[in-house]
Amino acid sequence: MAKILKKEILAPNIKKIIVEAPEVAKKAQPGQFVILRIDEKGERIPLTIGDFDREKGTLTIVFQEVGKSTYHLGLLNEGDEILDFVGPLGKPSEIEKFGTVCCIGGGVGTPEIYPVARALKEVGNYVISIIGARNKELVIMEKEMREVSDELYITTDDGTYGMKGFVTDALKKILDSGKKIDRVIAVGPVMMMKAVSELTKNYNIKTIVSLNAMMLDGTGMCGICRVEIGGETKFACVDGPEFDGHLVNYDLLMARLRTYLEEEKLSLKLFKEKMGIQ
Amino acid sequence: MAIIPKKTPMREQPPKERIKNFNEVPLGYTPEEAINEAKRCLQCKKPPCVKGCPVEIDIPGFIEKIREGNFKEAIRILKDKNSLPAICGRVCPQEDQCEKECVLGKKYEPVGIGRLERFAADWEAEQGIMEIPKIEKSTGKKVAVVGSGPAGLTCASELAKMGHEVVIFEALHKPGGVLVYGIPEFRLPKIIVEREVNYIKALGVKIICNFVVGKTKTVDELLEEFDAVFVGTGAGLPWFMNIPGENYTGIYSANEYLIRVNLMKAYLFPEYDTPIVRGKNVAVIGGGNVAMDAARTALRLGAEKSMIIYRRSKNEMPARIEEIERAEEEGVIFHFLTLPVRYYADENGKVKEMECIRMELGEPDHSGRRKPIPIPNSNFKIPVDTVVVAIGQSPNPLIPQTTKGIEVGKHGNIIIDEKTGKTTKKGVFAGGDIATGAATVILAMGAGKVAARAIDEYIKTGIW
Ligand SMILES: Cc1cc2nc3c(=O)[nH]c(=O)nc-3n(C[C@H](O)[C@H](O)[C@H](O)COP(=O)(O)OP(=O)(O)OC[C@H]3O[C@@H](n4cnc5c(N)ncnc54)[C@H](O)[C@@H]3O)c2cc1C
Ligand code: SF4
Ligand code: FES
Repeated sequence: MAKILKKEILAPNIKKIIVEAPEVAKKAQPGQFVILRIDEKGERIPLTIGDFDREKGTLTIVFQEVGKSTYHLGLLNEGDEILDFVGPLGKPSEIEKFGTVCCIGGGVGTPEIYPVARALKEVGNYVISIIGARNKELVIMEKEMREVSDELYITTDDGTYGMKGFVTDALKKILDSGKKIDRVIAVGPVMMMKAVSELTKNYNIKTIVSLNAMMLDGTGMCGICRVEIGGETKFACVDGPEFDGHLVNYDLLMARLRTYLEEEKLSLKLFKEKMGIQ
Repeated sequence: MAIIPKKTPMREQPPKERIKNFNEVPLGYTPEEAINEAKRCLQCKKPPCVKGCPVEIDIPGFIEKIREGNFKEAIRILKDKNSLPAICGRVCPQEDQCEKECVLGKKYEPVGIGRLERFAADWEAEQGIMEIPKIEKSTGKKVAVVGSGPAGLTCASELAKMGHEVVIFEALHKPGGVLVYGIPEFRLPKIIVEREVNYIKALGVKIICNFVVGKTKTVDELLEEFDAVFVGTGAGLPWFMNIPGENYTGIYSANEYLIRVNLMKAYLFPEYDTPIVRGKNVAVIGGGNVAMDAARTALRLGAEKSMIIYRRSKNEMPARIEEIERAEEEGVIFHFLTLPVRYYADENGKVKEMECIRMELGEPDHSGRRKPIPIPNSNFKIPVDTVVVAIGQSPNPLIPQTTKGIEVGKHGNIIIDEKTGKTTKKGVFAGGDIATGAATVILAMGAGKVAARAIDEYIKTGIW
């Protein structure tokens, strides 16, 4: 059981919860994730750890309401308990002094890249961050990101805030200005990570992406999370979730993420009907 | 008295009925049927059946009590050696163990020892009483058990009875290991596992789920809090064949397929949130119990065709004969001497076809089974929309990877001293599938028991 201590709405359909999980918090490191199950009939879903406070024994999780489980999670209130909560899972991000790093967060990838950017900053990297969203309303965690970045760029698809365009447009601009970047870390939608990887390949910059594969146990037991990295099969939950972005088979990842599209739609529809959500 | 040549039949759900539900297939003996079966036992003076039992249950002893109608005493005798009789009576391969040795089996069918074991255990459960054995005075010592499969549960219950404080750490949200996530409801109802788990809790064992040792805490950290650690983490790492197309959607490991159905109750989707692809043409690769379970599960999920694809012939199949027969009765189609070589997908990346090659049997290999050899140019295709790969699994690597000083063998199994369960690291014991590779429930239980005795000695004396 993990109690929700605090809940905040960051943007439409994007929520942040602070959860009491002292044992997980004690071990959590940037880049890792938890698996949770809301109630007895719930599914197990992986969510990246947004932040952690070892002293208070809490974890921050930011999620977007997309399917039944995340909508359900969004309906829970402060004081409510999540039935099952396990972690920290996966390998932590590589935190080293690389020189100049570019941290890119797209959508709810931003809260996920935040602890990584902070840790990279703490060990002495020059941190350039780019956060991207569809529109101004969906830009989240700007203040926090600014605090841990030496430079921060914001892009929106519709140009309502920051630069108009995608995170890759901002990245390309930075690269073309002649700035030397030693490593890129990108977290966000698959399409975004794919586009970033394609771009950085041309510039020969090592790029790390965090793959949001479907998961079940999260301990290497089931193989649903398998991804292809440089033609080799890996289990994202134990070998990742971070991988070399230039080696990922993104098309396979996207196809696998679509496995239960129909079921997910049905599940969400029934849930919304039951709860009276539009 | 004339010998009755055949086992007293056990009523079961007819095949046509049962493939439409997930309820248990054999329905159990009535007291009269059990007594009749018990009468078949010759009460041998030197009973060979006991030698065939990995935990040496006093078999003629408990059968005699059933014959007398003293079921209470029968279950006491069983529990003296086996703390999980309701489970073992259902899933033990008796035909390779006690019943294989039974003298009646030379000429007739052996005594239905497994069926009688199940009867006694179910009878006790029906009485609704749970007898808690004597628990020794608290020793003040603490033991951590990692994993709640049969090895961990047995080790924990033995240690609790000896008066030690025991905490089980389990990675999943429910205790039971393969008993809850692997073996299907229609062979082992989950309520039975729950009952056994409650019994172990009643002995004072604390079970903490959602705790991945190696991640949430390491074995070394546990050793700071506990006097000893038992590792019973099982063989959870699924194998794939590494053939082209194996990552297309619709291709599952048996673990994933069975976890979805058993642990997450995907067969009750959308009431339960976890979905599963309800394939029409399902191919299960492999010839063991796990493959049979997957193929029979597929039928219950509505498959029109559920096929077993096995590279050797029927004689070499490692699955229990009983399970093969049940699968046949239910309409599972067997493709023997067939090996998948690649998969083809539709435009959405979903598997639609499987290319196979025919095999023939050559000389026996190191396992004594005849080695299958591909026949050149015999490739053919089978349309499929779901594939379940059930070709085996290796020991779970997480603990050895995160603990210094635990040595593993070449298959990743933790090396132990078989007589004590001691690993190469002081204070750490192991047993079950993590040490042997995928084996059986009863062997895992036996290993848990052996380790419990050695742990008791170690924490009392401090001598490693
Ligand atoms: C589908 C299937 C059908 C089978 N049918 C039969 C049968 O009919 N008869 C028979 O005798 N045998 C059968 N077997 C084999 C039998 O189930 C196993 O041999 C037995 O369960 C092994 O017991 P165990 O305690 O070693 O491990 P498991 O039962 O595998 O339990 C290990 C437990 O440890 C947990 N764990 C793993 N890593 C960690 C960690 N780091 N931290 C915390 N917890 C952890 C796992 O989640 C799991 O719950 C079958 C197996 C399968 C998969
Ligand atoms: S060998 Fe068979 S007949 Fe003899 S005691 Fe055992 S079960 Fe009974
Ligand atoms: S989630 Fe099951 S193996 Fe990764």
